[in-house]
Amino acid sequence: MRRLAWRVAELTAIREETPTARTLVLRVPGWPGHLAGQHVDVRLTAEDGYSTQRSYSLAGPSDGEHVELTVQRVPGGEVSPYLTEVMEVGDQVELRGPVGGWFVWEPAAKTPVLLVAGGAGVVPLMAMIRARRTAGSRAPFRLVYSLRDPGQAYYADELRHPDPGLDVTRVYTRTAPDGFARRPGRLTAADLAGSGRPPEYEPDCYVCGPTGFVEKAAELLVSLGHEPGRIRTERFGPTGG
Amino acid sequence: MTAPAQDGYQDGNALAGPLGELFAVDLTVAECRCAGCGLAGPVASLRLYGPAPGLVARCPGCEEVVLRLVRGPGSAWLDLRGAVTLRIPLGSEDAF
Repeated sequence: MRRLAWRVAELTAIREETPTARTLVLRVPGWPGHLAGQHVDVRLTAEDGYSTQRSYSLAGPSDGEHVELTVQRVPGGEVSPYLTEVMEVGDQVELRGPVGGWFVWEPAAKTPVLLVAGGAGVVPLMAMIRARRTAGSRAPFRLVYSLRDPGQAYYADELRHPDPGLDVTRVYTRTAPDGFARRPGRLTAADLAGSGRPPEYEPDCYVCGPTGFVEKAAELLVSLGHEPGRIRTERFGPTGG
Repeated sequence: MTAPAQDGYQDGNALAGPLGELFAVDLTVAECRCAGCGLAGPVASLRLYGPAPGLVARCPGCEEVVLRLVRGPGSAWLDLRGAVTLRIPLGSEDAF
């Protein structure tokens, strides 16, 4: 293993996820492969030499030289407005990775998995879901996806028809679709107890989202009896995107 | 330029890139023990503040500063005085 270096990546395709988020497919010559849950740092450099970087989770499993990132536009941010509004197919950006060996899912794992996503925190968890599919894994997966309203849903078509062995539960915090049984509101213990893998299954829990969401969700999981050592978390902080 | 902070911090997962520039092993999976309260946990679980003028990682138990990293032109400064130890997992085949 050698130390991490910046590589040049070229944008090869764009998929719109929501009005403010899109998935970028990048070709990175020499990409060494990665595990679901890992992330990359993206660096932009201005003509005057000023440069700035941000971390983004990889949205899909390793696919040769191609990687996918889903980026949410943060108004006033330094990096995300460029990635979501300006960058076009054929444009290049600097990228380094994959990095992060803590918040990862190994395709050989057979343990049940409980994924808890807050908003854009679904990205690395989607990478795990896709890696499970690619590997033909039968590990039971459940995703509890908390989002503000239906218009904020990433990967909507793909999650509407989940793979066998994957259950998807949506929790809307602000506005739910017509006829949706659960009233809008923040994630509760009942959401996790009712729809999550019960603690007796000893699932590996992965929680990703904004810091406040992650703190709350991890607290709820512990209160339900999940072993803290089985709960892995990843927070976005001051996104500054 | 940057958006106002929605939350005060992120976590040590985001140190993987900046530390990966310095070390050949992934230090975010290393277990570090806080010099303040003795709590041990993965570097990934530290509370991370930054990025300017440097990254500051604090203990989730007592808020003590465990690690500071400043990247300047041509060099990086790493201050680990808040960590008593770092236990770095290595493959068993590397045992001596």
